[in-house]
Amino acid sequence: MQACRLTANNLACQRGERLLFRGLALELASGEALQVKGANGIGKSSLIRILAGLLRPLVGTVERAGSVGLLDERPALDPGLPLGKSLGFWQRLDGPGDAELAQLGLSGLLEVPVRYLSTGQKKRAALARLLGQEAPIWLLDEPLNGLDTRGVAMVEELVAQHCAQGGIALAASHQPIALPGGAAIDLADFTA
Amino acid sequence: MRHFLILLRRDLGLLLGGERRGATLLPVLFFLAVAMLYPFAVGPDAPVLARTGGGVLWIAALLAAILPLDRLVEPDLELGLFDQLALRGISEELAMTARMVAHWLSFAPALLLAAVPASALVGIDGATLQTVEMGLVAGTPGLAALGVLVAALTAGLRGGAALGGLLVIPLAVPLLVFGAGSLSTGGEAGIALTAAFSLVLVAITPFAAGAAIRSGRS
Repeated sequence: MQACRLTANNLACQRGERLLFRGLALELASGEALQVKGANGIGKSSLIRILAGLLRPLVGTVERAGSVGLLDERPALDPGLPLGKSLGFWQRLDGPGDAELAQLGLSGLLEVPVRYLSTGQKKRAALARLLGQEAPIWLLDEPLNGLDTRGVAMVEELVAQHCAQGGIALAASHQPIALPGGAAIDLADFTA
Repeated sequence: MRHFLILLRRDLGLLLGGERRGATLLPVLFFLAVAMLYPFAVGPDAPVLARTGGGVLWIAALLAAILPLDRLVEPDLELGLFDQLALRGISEELAMTARMVAHWLSFAPALLLAAVPASALVGIDGATLQTVEMGLVAGTPGLAALGVLVAALTAGLRGGAALGGLLVIPLAVPLLVFGAGSLSTGGEAGIALTAAFSLVLVAITPFAAGAAIRSGRS
């Protein structure tokens, strides 16, 4: 995996009339992982979207070297299509990735329409999409939501593998998650 | 181009059924139903039917084109599809172009075929049918573009679908004026103007709809 980098300087985010956080800076190099902690509504998802380039910060800059893979609460899989076809669309866009469907516990579900999948299964399917994208920078918004204990262990292992291969992972989660290096920031320290 | 074809294949698959079978036939059946009901409503007066039938086919085509408005953009916005595409460097403009082409392919060819039996139902002759068909060929791309444009603008609004239907109708007036107007003059000038207006809509829709989706993120 090519060298990647994610840098943010002096970020501030405003939603509506409310200033969510300010003065936030972070720097992640190849192989590093970071957990963003904070209570509900503190701006974790907004931070993820700013880092992904989908939302403009009020002030501050974000620099990314390497493509970004985003995992959030929306799986971006067509609810009416069988899981296999739904993932097939992303495979055609991203090229044949090395997502191990068996490892994700999805191999028996390829014929099942996405809307019949449980929350945890949808999360696993979204992980398959993320793995297939082979993006060096992972931005994970509440990656553990809806997953059982084995699923949690699986996500932690996938993130560890990703970082071992030189990728970056940033996970916003209010739950404890074991990331390589164990670095964490708390958004409460940056509230206005 | 590769991305465009992948997007087009997906959009076409979704619009042509897959999820809801019979959804493809719905605009066509609706179109035929209007053509069938019209003689019942105005009475079996052949000259009146023949004189007004072409215009009725145009209105039926317009209404059939806006039937799938609520599932053109909104569901994919909720899925986060456009965010994922943006992360892969695929612009909203490209996605909207594919959506526009897919929408046209999903209703227009079937509608052009259905216009033949519909012309018999409202009792118009062969020459008029030809003018209607040519007008529809010129006008349906504009209707498809308008549908995608309004669907993108109203996606994410409460009651967006109802609002979308209301918004399309006044914007489609020029298409209707020139397209259906070509019937009374029998001239090609009306069809040429319909085609011109269609081209304008097709040209601006990807950019306007793409900008609408981007601005919806903030």
